[in-house]
Amino acid sequence: MVTRPFWEATAEGRFLIQRCAGCGTAIFYPRPACPHCGGGELAWEAASGAATVHTFSIARRPTHPKFTGDEPYVVAIVELAEGPHVTTNIVECDPDDVQIGMAVQLVFDEVGDDGYALPFFRPA
Amino acid sequence: MSLRGSAAVVGVAELKPTRWTDNVSTIDLFTRVGLQAIADAGLELSDIDGLVAHPMAGVPMLVPSTLIESMGLRCSFASTVDLGGATGAAMVWRAAAAIAAGQANAVLCVTASRRQRRTPTPGPKRPSGSGGVGGKDTSAWAEFEVPFGNVGANIGYAMIAQRYLHEHQATPEQLAKIAVHQRDNACANPDAWFYGEPITIDDVLDSPMVADPLHLLEIVMPSGGGAALVVVSPELARKLDRPKAWLLGAGECTTHKTITYAPSLMDTAIKPAADRAFAQAGVTRDQIGLASLYDCYTITVLVTLEEAGFCARGAGGRFIDEHDLRFNGDFPLNTHGGQLSFSQPGLAGGMSHVTEAVRQIQQRGGDRQIKDLSFAFVNGNGGIMSEECALILGVEP
Repeated sequence: MVTRPFWEATAEGRFLIQRCAGCGTAIFYPRPACPHCGGGELAWEAASGAATVHTFSIARRPTHPKFTGDEPYVVAIVELAEGPHVTTNIVECDPDDVQIGMAVQLVFDEVGDDGYALPFFRPA
Repeated sequence: MSLRGSAAVVGVAELKPTRWTDNVSTIDLFTRVGLQAIADAGLELSDIDGLVAHPMAGVPMLVPSTLIESMGLRCSFASTVDLGGATGAAMVWRAAAAIAAGQANAVLCVTASRRQRRTPTPGPKRPSGSGGVGGKDTSAWAEFEVPFGNVGANIGYAMIAQRYLHEHQATPEQLAKIAVHQRDNACANPDAWFYGEPITIDDVLDSPMVADPLHLLEIVMPSGGGAALVVVSPELARKLDRPKAWLLGAGECTTHKTITYAPSLMDTAIKPAADRAFAQAGVTRDQIGLASLYDCYTITVLVTLEEAGFCARGAGGRFIDEHDLRFNGDFPLNTHGGQLSFSQPGLAGGMSHVTEAVRQIQQRGGDRQIKDLSFAFVNGNGGIMSEECALILGVEP
């Protein structure tokens, strides 16, 4: 499974992206080949954790029954400093304070029973 | 080879949407609406030699043969289309392409969806097993979207709307007007779910915020139902003494599944699909008398108006202000009420934009018939602006 190294690194507080040896494109989520040039030589590297909010919404109703009670919560697409877009939740702030373009910083939740941690972002 | 004039739609059928479909299987719905469309075309079962359907609940594989067996067909062309809300539109040009290739003569395109009462399942987060282990869905979506609640369409379209409003000017009132005028259209369509229930801009803006900036009345209501149509060769079409909706152009583009990985939130796949359809048809935007635009949300319509070229990017809000979007207005939009007022019976919701365009071209629009209609533009939109399919239909080939 090509994504396993990503999830294993979350337990160590690292957010891994891939870098294409052929064209230099930074890639997220993990793929078997570069979606820009098709190159198959991809190297893992740790992202800095710096990002900006590309867009977001505030879920006033749960988007899935399993999120019942969490609303309102912020679902966002953030743009990593390295380039790729990532889906996440903006945490440690009032949902109404989130704005497009705001600087955010990676923060992991606790390692779960599955051995992995989820990457969230908070205001930088 | 072009698809212009390569085939015509001669029969349509639609089940009146219901909130729930109790005691009926999806195959029952497919079969019922499919047979109605064949009858509407003035054809016999034995005339149909092609079938296009889509993946359905309860039939994990071999969908075409399941339906062919249920309906009693014998087909030289059988296929499924799996393009979400673009499926209905995408079926039409695939049927025409099969006909143009000489592989079929009369193709039934059929969509249907049941809707069953379900009890929400509580449980832990990470619903689909993050880490790519243990989950039933092994797509990237399960790993990288579900754990963060990027589930369902509301939140995805809300994020498109937020970005749109960040980059361009549009007011909540302009977006609400789409829902209001489409509701007025639905009030001339007895089959629409919200028939007889007009709304105002204040009603839309006072309805609960579901996912900022989308209010409840800017969001489709799911239902159960079905829609089908029959696409035939030009030779067969001319033999049939009934009005035709000719396929003049088609275009399609798919770029992503999850909105996070869209090449751009603003530079969408709608544009290349629409441009191809218009170029093929040799028809200009100002010749279009009906815009039948996929409308899962008001924002979808706003973006599609721009991306399909009816106005410049960023000018959609002003366009809505300047036009009357009702069936008797100067820019008839979603005359059946759109899915926002017709409801969304699964993939039959997307097909409703095609069936309405066909009915209008055939002059079978009833109380909501558009006067002097020559050309209709249809846009099918799947996923989170993931799959786009544009069609142009006309009175003459």
